[in-house]
Amino acid sequence: MISQLTVFLANEKGRLAAACRTLADADINLAALFIADTADFGIVRIFCDRPNRAAAVLAEAGFRASITPVIAVSVADEPGALARLLGFCHESSMNIEYGYCFSVAGGTAVDVLKIEGEGAEEVLAAAGFTILAPEEVYVVDED
Amino acid sequence: MYFQPEIETMPRAELQALQLERLRESLRNAYENVPLYRERFDAAGVTPDDLESLADLPRFPFVVKQDMRDNYPFGLFARENGDVARIHASSGTTGQATVVGHTAADLENWGDCFARGIAMVGGTRESTIQVSYGYGLFTGGLGAHAGGEAMGCTVIPTSSGNTKRQVQMLKDCKTDILCCTPSYALLIADTAIEMGYNPATDFQISGGIFGAEPCSENMRQEIADKLGLQYCDVYGLSEIMGPGVAMECAERGGLHIAEDQFYCEIIDPDTLEVLPDGEVGELVITTLTRECSPMIRYRTRDVTSISAEPCACGRTHRKIGRILGRTDDMLIIRGVNVFPSQIEQVITEFPEVATQYQIVLTTRGPLDHVELQVETEPDFPIDEVRALEDLRGRLGAALKGNLQVAVDIKFVEPKTIARSEGKAKRVIDLRGETH
Repeated sequence: MISQLTVFLANEKGRLAAACRTLADADINLAALFIADTADFGIVRIFCDRPNRAAAVLAEAGFRASITPVIAVSVADEPGALARLLGFCHESSMNIEYGYCFSVAGGTAVDVLKIEGEGAEEVLAAAGFTILAPEEVYVVDED
Repeated sequence: MYFQPEIETMPRAELQALQLERLRESLRNAYENVPLYRERFDAAGVTPDDLESLADLPRFPFVVKQDMRDNYPFGLFARENGDVARIHASSGTTGQATVVGHTAADLENWGDCFARGIAMVGGTRESTIQVSYGYGLFTGGLGAHAGGEAMGCTVIPTSSGNTKRQVQMLKDCKTDILCCTPSYALLIADTAIEMGYNPATDFQISGGIFGAEPCSENMRQEIADKLGLQYCDVYGLSEIMGPGVAMECAERGGLHIAEDQFYCEIIDPDTLEVLPDGEVGELVITTLTRECSPMIRYRTRDVTSISAEPCACGRTHRKIGRILGRTDDMLIIRGVNVFPSQIEQVITEFPEVATQYQIVLTTRGPLDHVELQVETEPDFPIDEVRALEDLRGRLGAALKGNLQVAVDIKFVEPKTIARSEGKAKRVIDLRGETH
């Protein structure tokens, strides 16, 4: 499992900028950022270096931030890679709460999945999917 | 068990005839002996003779606490000093103290009112009653004391304080009935437990008469369980008499008003119109027998409703519900009376939600719009939109069920709602400003 930084933000002007500024001032580099928005609030999901420290920095600044364990699967950057992964999840009766993907250098892509329940990572690994370790995605926290 | 069965179970028609007769007398006493009432009645174009039925009372003007302050100390007395047996005074914490006088007959009636509550918890002249209300200008101690004496109980006037000794008396003197504030009852119970007793089983106590401050249902249950007793809620206010204006019987469906002594109305605090039984509004009390300090249509600012449903206990006197709050705190939303305390009660049932909250009232078109801003507890899984939506749905449904008003719930970021050292500003009313 890898650690995703999750931030709860009011759906108001300037909140995302303020959160990013707080992380920037703490010298934290973001690799990816996705927003799930509703009428009132947004849930911001971030891949960044030292996620535990990032969450602590945000909480200290008054944000509601937490760490969410998610699964990151490395797939080939080609048509059908995501479809194969999701097809397997479906056949294995895994319920995907949310997911997002991004390409990285070297012809591969990262498919991030939040799967309901536990044990999905082991099942995917056993089926031959390449599960990414934290240090392959970001700089892990020192302690 | 009744203290004065002929009065407490008097048929309604007979009781109303008694009320009318006494009401006329009380209006006359006020009009003839208190300049303020004479001026007010004259200005309203009414005299005591205009009261032909109880339904005529709303033609008479109200009095409010400020009238008592303005006439401090004896301006509203209808008796000369020679007839005044005792005075009591409100604390005056929120302004000028108010003074109320009692003749010997007033004190006797007071004792009778309170003694009815002693009977409601099973007390008789064989009972021992411990009065742990403070004695003094505050009406609690001496009011309960008078009730105990009227019943013929053995009265232990411990007054408040020295809690270990309270427990010792409770145990050694085999107290049957304890009278004090709910918070003090809980402290006595906890102290007894700390001292190694189980008051529910080790002590003889079987009844408690508790009042003079608000008490939640949970706290009430805790007191009843810890002390092992029947809880009697008592309502009263020094301006009107003191504890005993209304007391709760074993049926627990409300507090029987001493209707032979007091005539109660519920009014809409905005329109001042009298509301029918069952509707929530401000309690207005008129004293029927008080000689020294007659109060005509005194606005208590306490919010409750009156129930005329027959009570299984056999008493015919109508009941007031528990006091929901003060008119000062009441919000009128889409024509419905809502108290911040009701909202707070619902929120406390949701451990996922922090206790800080803010209500923002705005106008949307012709309708009031209520937004409740709450924060989730730090450990709430904020990553799950579904969990947040689910919480919003459950909280909204609970509020709708409790308040009868739809509430829009908005989750806010931590510290959006100002923390306050003292009284937090819970309500922001922007109605009239936004169109």
